[in-house]
Amino acid sequence: MNAINKEPERHEIEALLPWHAAGTLSRRDADRVEQALAGDRELARRYDLVREELAETIHLNETLGAPSARAMEKLFAAIDAEEARAPRRQRSFDLGGRLSELLSSLTPRTLVWSATAALVAIFVQAVVIAAVVVKEQGVASGPGLASAPSEGSFAVVRFAPQATANDISNFLGAYKATLVEGPLNMGGQLYRIRLSETKLPKDEVGKIVRQMQSESKVVGFVAAKE
Amino acid sequence: MQSTSDEVLIGRIANGDRLAMQVLYARYHVRVFRFVVRLVRDEGTAEDLISEVFLDVWRQAGRFEGRSTVSTWMLAIARFKAISALRRRSDEELDEDAAGAIEDPSDDPATALEKKDKSASIRKCLMGLSAEHREIVDLVYYHEKSVEEVAEIVGIPANAVKTRMFYARKRLAELLKAGGIGRGWP
Repeated sequence: MNAINKEPERHEIEALLPWHAAGTLSRRDADRVEQALAGDRELARRYDLVREELAETIHLNETLGAPSARAMEKLFAAIDAEEARAPRRQRSFDLGGRLSELLSSLTPRTLVWSATAALVAIFVQAVVIAAVVVKEQGVASGPGLASAPSEGSFAVVRFAPQATANDISNFLGAYKATLVEGPLNMGGQLYRIRLSETKLPKDEVGKIVRQMQSESKVVGFVAAKE
Repeated sequence: MQSTSDEVLIGRIANGDRLAMQVLYARYHVRVFRFVVRLVRDEGTAEDLISEVFLDVWRQAGRFEGRSTVSTWMLAIARFKAISALRRRSDEELDEDAAGAIEDPSDDPATALEKKDKSASIRKCLMGLSAEHREIVDLVYYHEKSVEEVAEIVGIPANAVKTRMFYARKRLAELLKAGGIGRGWP
C-alpha cells in the first residue's frame, strides 16, 4: 500500500488510467497502476470515472450500426476494374497462409449460416472459447462472427486474462448464456453474449449483468447490450 | 491467431487474392466504419471512405512491413481519409454546433441530464466532443489501442497522446458539469 505522495508521479499514473481500464498497458505499467490504486483512494475514485467512460464509449460505438452492402460492392467493383487493367503476378504457394485461412474460414460466421444451428452453436462456442483463451495468453484470438442472432437479450463481455476455457465455459453455463459474436473491436477482446433467447426486462438484464460483474476471476468487463 | 492471420491475409492480398480481401473486409469493415463514422458524422460519407480504405489496403498490401498490427495500419489509413474528407467539408462548424448543443439549457437538461440516467448523459456528452477528442477516446476505449498504437495512428508522440486523452476526458467532464452532472474531477 504505497500512497503516491509526489503529485507529478500521481499525475503520470493518472494519465495511464484509461489504458489500464482498457487492458492495454504493459505488465510493468499495469503493476505500477495497480499498486498506486491500492494506496490512493482518490486515484481509485478517479479510476471508477474512467471505467464509467469506457463502458459508455463501448455502448455508444455499439449503437453505430454497420455499413450497407453498397460499400463492399463499390470496393470490389473498384478492385475488379484495377485487376482488369493490370492483373497482379501470383507469388509462390504459401502453405502456412492456406492453412491459416482454412482455419479462419471455419469461423462461426460461416457456420452460423448453416441450417443445423443448434449443433453448430455448441461447436462455435467451443471454438470461440478456445480462441479467446489462446488470445488472452498472447498467441491467438477468436474468429469473427458476422451473422450473430438478433433476437433476445445480450451483453458485451471481455474475459479476464487469467480465465481458462473451463472458467469461461462454466461461467456461460451458470448464466445459461451463449457466445454469439466477436471479437467486436480492434483489440479483439470484446464478445457479445446472449443472456436469453427472449427479450428480458431491462431491470432483469441489469441484475444479471451486475452478478456477472462480480465474477472478476472470469470477466474483466461486462455491460448490457441493447 | 488474429495478428498472424491478418498478416497472412495481407500477404495473400499482395498476391492479388480476392478471397483474402473478402475475409479481411468481413473481419474489419464494421470496426473501421464505426471509427470513421464517429469522425465524419455521416454514414454515407463513412461508407464511401471505408471502400477507399480497403482499396488502399488492396493496393498497398505489398508494402505492408508488419511494424504495426494490420488493424492499426488500417485505422491510420482510415483516419487520413476521414480527416481529408472533413477538410473538404469544413466540418469544424459541425463540431462547434454539436458541443454547443450539449451545453445549451434549451436542450432539455432537466430530462436528458438528470442523474437518474447518467449513462445516457455520458454518451450524449461523448457525442459532443470535438473530432480530435472523439477520436482519441474511441481509439483508447473502444478500439483498445495502446499509447504507442494511438501515437502511430494519430501521428503524434506518445506523451502527446496521454495529454490529449487527459484533455478529452477533462472536456467530457466539463460538458457533464454544464449539464448538471458534477463528478468531482478535474
